[in-house]
Amino acid sequence: MTDTNKMDMIGAINAALHDAMTEDETVLVLGEEVGDKQEGGVMGVTKGLSTKFGTDRVKSTPISEQAIIGAAIGAAVGGYKPVAEIMLMNFIAVPMDMIFNHAAKLRFMSGGQTNVPIVIRTMTGSGFSTGGQHSDYLEAWFAHTPGMKVVAPSNPDDAYGLMRSAIDDPDPVLFIEHLPSYWTPGEVTKQRIPIGKARVAREGTDITLVGHSLTVGQGLAAAEELAKDGISMEVIDLRSIAPWDKEAVLSSARKTGRVIVAHEAVKEHGIGAEIASVVNENLWGELKGPARRIGSAFCPVPFSKPLEEAFAPNAAKIGAMAKDMMG
Amino acid sequence: MSNYPKPDNETLLEIYRTANLIKQNDERIIKLMMAGKLVMPYYSPRGQEIIPSAVSASLEDDDYICTIYRGLHDMLAKGFPLDEMWAELAGRETGTCKGKGGPMHLTCPERGMMVTTGIVGSSMPIATGLGWAAKLDGKNRVSVANFGDGAANIGAFHESLNMAALYELPVIFICQNNRYAEHTSFDDSSKVETISIRAEGYGMPGVTVNGNDPDEMYGAAKVAIDRARAGEGPTLIEATTFRFNGHLLGESGAYMDKDLYAQAQADDPMPILRKRLVDEGIASEDEIAAIEADITARIDAAQKAAFDAPFPDVIELKRDVYAEEID
Repeated sequence: MTDTNKMDMIGAINAALHDAMTEDETVLVLGEEVGDKQEGGVMGVTKGLSTKFGTDRVKSTPISEQAIIGAAIGAAVGGYKPVAEIMLMNFIAVPMDMIFNHAAKLRFMSGGQTNVPIVIRTMTGSGFSTGGQHSDYLEAWFAHTPGMKVVAPSNPDDAYGLMRSAIDDPDPVLFIEHLPSYWTPGEVTKQRIPIGKARVAREGTDITLVGHSLTVGQGLAAAEELAKDGISMEVIDLRSIAPWDKEAVLSSARKTGRVIVAHEAVKEHGIGAEIASVVNENLWGELKGPARRIGSAFCPVPFSKPLEEAFAPNAAKIGAMAKDMMG
Repeated sequence: MSNYPKPDNETLLEIYRTANLIKQNDERIIKLMMAGKLVMPYYSPRGQEIIPSAVSASLEDDDYICTIYRGLHDMLAKGFPLDEMWAELAGRETGTCKGKGGPMHLTCPERGMMVTTGIVGSSMPIATGLGWAAKLDGKNRVSVANFGDGAANIGAFHESLNMAALYELPVIFICQNNRYAEHTSFDDSSKVETISIRAEGYGMPGVTVNGNDPDEMYGAAKVAIDRARAGEGPTLIEATTFRFNGHLLGESGAYMDKDLYAQAQADDPMPILRKRLVDEGIASEDEIAAIEADITARIDAAQKAAFDAPFPDVIELKRDVYAEEID
């Protein structure tokens, strides 16, 4: 590895977009402020694209989320591969009809005659005191929608690899960018990462922590602490939420007999419920206890710093639950 | 309107042929539904036949259209294969969508019939995206968005028209103002007297025409389509008309103004055009009767083939959700 391959998540996604647009002329980018005239995105993720590929392929749009996703769907049905940005995940509530009723369903409703190969990039994550409408995790809405795929990288290498796979994918993919991880550097190998394949971020034998985005790093930190007490925790980074890697999770669960699913979305009706259920249904009798869940508190994301910290999962909460499960 | 191009005799006869196909097809569907042989939600286009028949006279096979749940007239005018349409209405595996879409999601990409939506207001953003694709392709293709007066009050109308005008996309927005949005009259939904007046607010031409008049409708559509093909951007056409069978087949229609309804019936565009063809010597009574008989025979054949075909296998529940079959 050389230093040139070291980048943060912003750089990795930017590189993936550059590479995809260079290799395939049908790849398009659109969204609010994505053009260089608007500074290449509010966080600079799309920097350089409009200058390099022109404003026919890179559309810096009005604040029009329905038209952004609608235009992406139309262009996709017309043979292109648009990457649409919805700046923050909360704003995705605005074009939900376009995503849920159209992008996700057109392939099925047309009997396979049309498909919608779009990527919807969006960022989110608590930690910056942005309050109730700027930092929610809503991945369960989309994982619950037949026809949608959902990926959520936790590091720059996965961000590059998953973005390339998402653009290649013939179906709509929601690409969730964890805002607080944007500036954490890492090695980027520029290899595609298949959608639906998890990664064992740390091997362990006593307990399995299944997470994505924020909770992967928290799981690794918790595992480090638990090791001091002689508890060996395996950390699985889902990378893909829909479809998720059942094989990898069940295989780890079979080995450890204990599973915690942790995510930043509120616990109730979250993806942890689905994953824990599948683990419990498949491994009942083999487990040393039921699979359990950690999520955010069941309330809108609060503003005040102590409240925001108490709201979200953290390494200490994961560690405490692991110790409780070890008995 | 006097400076609009007029349809020649051959085109006028073709408009009648298409409109008669729409009318007979509608009457056959209603007959079968009333007999309990066809079960589906049905939004009859009776009374609106002239609009798409006159528009399609200036469209090519590879031009795109998007339409809505009340859209069988738009599809037939675009050349939707009758056999595949009937098989879809009957829920058969030979249907254009393999029986998975039904009347509200009929799709036929090879005739440019890209998306049919059951959501009011959702044809416009997607047609805008198809316009973007058409512009990128550089083949002078255009994209038509069909929608009703109700959809003109949805936010997506605003976003789409603004975006299409901003990017000078080859989109023709055709608002078929049939005086009612579900059960609410146009007067009860809109402070302004025409929808076309809104075009000025987006920086595009807007015109209101009598959609039931083949000369006006053909002329306005041709001007807009030629303008789009020439790269001069979108147009909003408001085509006034009336739906004879209310919103959803089977409703009471009690909300409709009786005088307005009676006047619309008296102004039924179908017998008017038929009489005009004879009076102006464009076609003889015998020639028109032969055209109508030929259409009847085509519908007979399509209907029979549809009901003779098998229903789809339940394996279809796993297909076309994604490109890869669900295991």
